[in-house]
Amino acid sequence: MSNIDAELARLIAPGRVHRRLYTDPAIFDLEMERIFDAAWIYVGHESQIKKPGDYFATRMGRKPVVLVRDEEGKVRVIHNQCAHRGAMVVATDKGNTAEFICCYHGWTYHLDGRVKAVPLNHGYPQGFDPKDPKIGMLPVPRMKSYRGFIFASGASDGPSLEDSLGHMTTSLDDMVDRAPDGEIEVAGGVFKHAYDGNWKVYFENLCDAAHPLFTHRSSIDAALAQSDDVHSDGSGEIAIRQMRQNGAPYSFWETQVGIWTYPNGHSYLGDYHDDSKLVAALKDPVFRKYIAALERKKGKEEAKRILEVRRWNSNIYPNVSLMSQFQQLRVVYPIAVNRTVVHAYSFRLKGAPEQMLRNAVSFANVVNGTGSLVLTDDLEIYNRLDMGMSSEGCEWLQIGRGYQSDVPDAHGGRRGKNSTSEVYIRNMLDTWLGLMTKGQAAPVRAVS
Amino acid sequence: MAKRRKPKARPPSRRPLLVPRRRAAGRAIEPLDLVRCERFLLHEAQLLDDGKFDDWLALFTPDAWYWVPSEPDQDNPHDTVSLIYDDRRLLETRVRRLASPRIYSQEPRSRTSRIVSNVLIEDSGNNACTVRSKFLMIEYRRDCQRLFAGTAFHRLVQADGAILIASKRVNLVNCDAPLDGIVVPF
Repeated sequence: MSNIDAELARLIAPGRVHRRLYTDPAIFDLEMERIFDAAWIYVGHESQIKKPGDYFATRMGRKPVVLVRDEEGKVRVIHNQCAHRGAMVVATDKGNTAEFICCYHGWTYHLDGRVKAVPLNHGYPQGFDPKDPKIGMLPVPRMKSYRGFIFASGASDGPSLEDSLGHMTTSLDDMVDRAPDGEIEVAGGVFKHAYDGNWKVYFENLCDAAHPLFTHRSSIDAALAQSDDVHSDGSGEIAIRQMRQNGAPYSFWETQVGIWTYPNGHSYLGDYHDDSKLVAALKDPVFRKYIAALERKKGKEEAKRILEVRRWNSNIYPNVSLMSQFQQLRVVYPIAVNRTVVHAYSFRLKGAPEQMLRNAVSFANVVNGTGSLVLTDDLEIYNRLDMGMSSEGCEWLQIGRGYQSDVPDAHGGRRGKNSTSEVYIRNMLDTWLGLMTKGQAAPVRAVS
Repeated sequence: MAKRRKPKARPPSRRPLLVPRRRAAGRAIEPLDLVRCERFLLHEAQLLDDGKFDDWLALFTPDAWYWVPSEPDQDNPHDTVSLIYDDRRLLETRVRRLASPRIYSQEPRSRTSRIVSNVLIEDSGNNACTVRSKFLMIEYRRDCQRLFAGTAFHRLVQADGAILIASKRVNLVNCDAPLDGIVVPF
């Protein structure tokens, strides 16, 4: 074990983690290299690049990349960097093009990133060849799509995407299976919310069943006091129900929700709503129509199985989180050790009534909206975590809740016996340590 | 008594702008002209800057909506997400939350300063009109100052001489940027 590996290993202990993980810029830089340049990173969905020439510019960690469908219809993930002087080539978020052209000197690229033309191509040293595969908008070493969800990895070898996802493929399946036609597409725009804080605390909050009752008190109280007889065009309904449900008592959060974790840092929190409470209200005429469509296409039994998968946030480490029941997907972009941006997408279930997307949009406004009555208090927590952790106070942060009571899960993971167990944080840090030390540090210290 | 009173310039604080004035039956209603609309918008901005959110809420009709789109030229609030889209029900909840002592995202409270300008009446009738205006809002909170700018569209209606907001749409110039949380309404 190198000195760095040993130092990193000392930062995580049973039931506690050193605050440096969240505040040290050197650790952040290493994370960009050893996690975001090595693990499978979610880059986008195939529906964002439907036709040849469609592209979507995004980032893997801090690196700008382009997701593009080439002339043959093949999905490519290439670096958004000109081979000439290094300028970023694609400057718009999305579009359709026949080729990529650098704005600096006009180097031109095929959709798969190969050089198409170099202007003033004379006088270069012997051996300069624009056809050299090392010159171009270079492909990211590995790219793999799972049921339309595109992941890429900066490492040319390592575990396959499926192996890396493991049991979490069931959450991705659930996103897609809920569409009567078996296909989903990104729709309804995107939220981009930002906070001054470390990227890791975002995922650490998404499976935290212990915080809503406390953190979201202001919106819980406001929603509980809201008259139900006031005009609503529907947008207020789901929002207010969601806020009220955050006020469920601790006894509910501890016993009724469920928290599951799996190898490679993944986890999901069980749903904490029943179907009569939210968008999936069984009495809702739109949802009834949707169930009928699902049953028609998939059969009664399969439709029942699909609707009984009830998960709140499914976190696929390190950068994507889904809410399959509500057609939501969030992508976490680390910007700096103390700055993070999150993009939140909604999906259309093909073959479902169009109103289902509108419900997903209303739901997105409550849980992911930049002006949401709920999310804004979470963003405040992320900011305060960063401010507090930067102090010279307690060096060690406590992540021990449930440590002694977690139990094995049937699919090779561990779950909290109590739903408020912090097992999902310990599980992520376990993976973190493994990736950061390239497997050199024993990956058992964080998990009980 | 039946004579129509001419609106006179007066210190805005003396007469509550929104309390219906008693008037004799059959008297002509004051039209929603530019002067009245502009004065109304300034009054609204002042209520928000003063943190008088209950009074601000009272400016809206019972079926009003308040909308801050997430995309430039966003068509409607139903098929695309919005930074804020509140029907009356949600707007009431929003305002109630702002008064909560447990609203951590307002601890400490923001201070804001708004400038409303370039006021234009887009389409008008005697009792309803759409007003377009530009705004700048500075928000200061915990060592950080943010600047918001954009165009607001107010649908104003009047009943019994009082002006109310039937709908308000706020187009932020940076609506599609990554944004830190928005808690104080525009």
